[in-house]
Amino acid sequence: MNEIFSNPVLAKALPEAIVETLQMVGISAFFTVLVGLPLGVFLHATAPGGLRPMPVVNRIVSDIVVNITRSIPFAILMVALIPLARLLVGTSLGPVAASVSLSIGTIPFFARLVEACLRDVHHGKIDAAQVMGSTRMQVINKVMLPESLPALVAAATTTVVTLVGYSAMAGLVGGGGLGKLAYNYGFQRFDVTVMIVTIVLIIVLVQVIQLTGERISRSLDHR
Amino acid sequence: MITVTDLRKVYRQGKKEVVALDGVSLSVPKGSIHGIIGHSGAGKSTLVRCLTLLDRPTSGSVNIDGTELSSVRDSEIRAARRRIGMVFQHANLMDSRTAAGNVAHPLELVKTPKDQTRAKVAELLKLVGLEGFENAYPSQLSGGQRQRVGIARALASDPDVLLCDEPTSALDPATTDEILDLIQDLTRRLQLTVLIITHEMHVVKRVCGSVSLLAKGRVVEAGGLAEVAAELDSKLARALLPLPASEPIKGALQAGPVLEILFSGESAKEPVLTSVARHFDIDLNVLAGSVETLGGQQFGHLRVQLADNVDYDAVVGYLRDRGIGAKVVDAAVVPSDEDDFPSEPTDFAAETGDLK
Repeated sequence: MNEIFSNPVLAKALPEAIVETLQMVGISAFFTVLVGLPLGVFLHATAPGGLRPMPVVNRIVSDIVVNITRSIPFAILMVALIPLARLLVGTSLGPVAASVSLSIGTIPFFARLVEACLRDVHHGKIDAAQVMGSTRMQVINKVMLPESLPALVAAATTTVVTLVGYSAMAGLVGGGGLGKLAYNYGFQRFDVTVMIVTIVLIIVLVQVIQLTGERISRSLDHR
Repeated sequence: MITVTDLRKVYRQGKKEVVALDGVSLSVPKGSIHGIIGHSGAGKSTLVRCLTLLDRPTSGSVNIDGTELSSVRDSEIRAARRRIGMVFQHANLMDSRTAAGNVAHPLELVKTPKDQTRAKVAELLKLVGLEGFENAYPSQLSGGQRQRVGIARALASDPDVLLCDEPTSALDPATTDEILDLIQDLTRRLQLTVLIITHEMHVVKRVCGSVSLLAKGRVVEAGGLAEVAAELDSKLARALLPLPASEPIKGALQAGPVLEILFSGESAKEPVLTSVARHFDIDLNVLAGSVETLGGQQFGHLRVQLADNVDYDAVVGYLRDRGIGAKVVDAAVVPSDEDDFPSEPTDFAAETGDLK
């Protein structure tokens, strides 16, 4: 115990690293949901048999944009997107810059999960909504999204947990955070204490996210 | 009043054309319940989808109180749909909404003011006997209660027509009767035009004033309940007044001809069998029988066996002269009528062993 508190690296750099990790995860989670949710709805609605089938557009978005982005390993995508981060936020360093590539890496992943959640909404409910005279937007807003909300929260939880993992990777190329701390001190300077502490913190963070997500999802589920 | 005229629906499957509805016509006056009965694949689901405009019919017309639905423009389709309230087999309620929230759903779509919605929802829930269940979620309700919420929701947009698609097929017998009685009661009180699509003859017997038999996309028989039941040879009469399979009784009589007799209305009050026995001085055995009140009239369907020395043509003539349907059937082949449509409500819970 004493070793942890007397470790100079932990005392100086740890608080900052925690804040940076939370920033990266928070910012990119926000944008992932902001863009990924509508993208998932779009993928579902334009698919064959959807609310507004658009085969060509769906093909393009689904196969080209989403699948190609998802098939690039995140470590490579992250490096490739450094110029974009510089363009958008003016720098390629720091948690805000890292959030650009983190968001772009997880948006397609989350969109696919959203699409699957919406597909699970029972078709009879959509029929019922249409028979009572709903517009397409009303079907989405009043039936599909509320009915799949518990599943959507679970999907968001999975996505945020993935983001924690990605954020550690992003730390290596200038994002900062716990990943950088573990790499610089724990790995390169053989400081075992730093390594263990960061690992434990990341595990705790993932547990907290997972449990909170599950609890929210359950409280929304009236089935 | 709903009038369907020569409704056709043809689906394309690649190069093949599948005729799902082949010229369906029917007409149901205000305040009455019409049953549409048919096996799966008869075109019931397609008919529902065409009536609710979820699918456009290929040709033909659907007319509600003078408004033509089938030719309505896409922009008016939603307003047109609100004239038809629909009740589904599994209620299809939103799990994320309470009973009150589900009933309020159609009202929200047209931006009804909050206080009006609240009053209307309370009134509708009271109408279907669910006062005090406002805040219950569908998962907390029984199957029958869920269907009541479904009915309240269907009525929320003040429709002229209530379309019920197998409304009781997922319910146990006692609940089936409760829901049917509710539909009947609402039809009278709100002067609705009701169409019930079903495969259960029990539903038709209990609440319908008229019935159509749908087979291969066509209405093969139709009419008032008392009317169709009085036709000895009609499929609907056989389904409404089913006789079980029976074997000629050996011993007491020499195996003679077997007669089927169908009497209805006034003739049902006559002591038919004893008058035949007296008039011809013969003996007869009843092999099977079914007696029911349908559409307010008494009906009897009997299978009797005569002694073999009887002039059965004379007996048939004698009965027909008195307005009683009669015919000779092949004694060796006496099929059961009961395979066709279940005349008792089916207890799905018991059938599947799911006793939850």
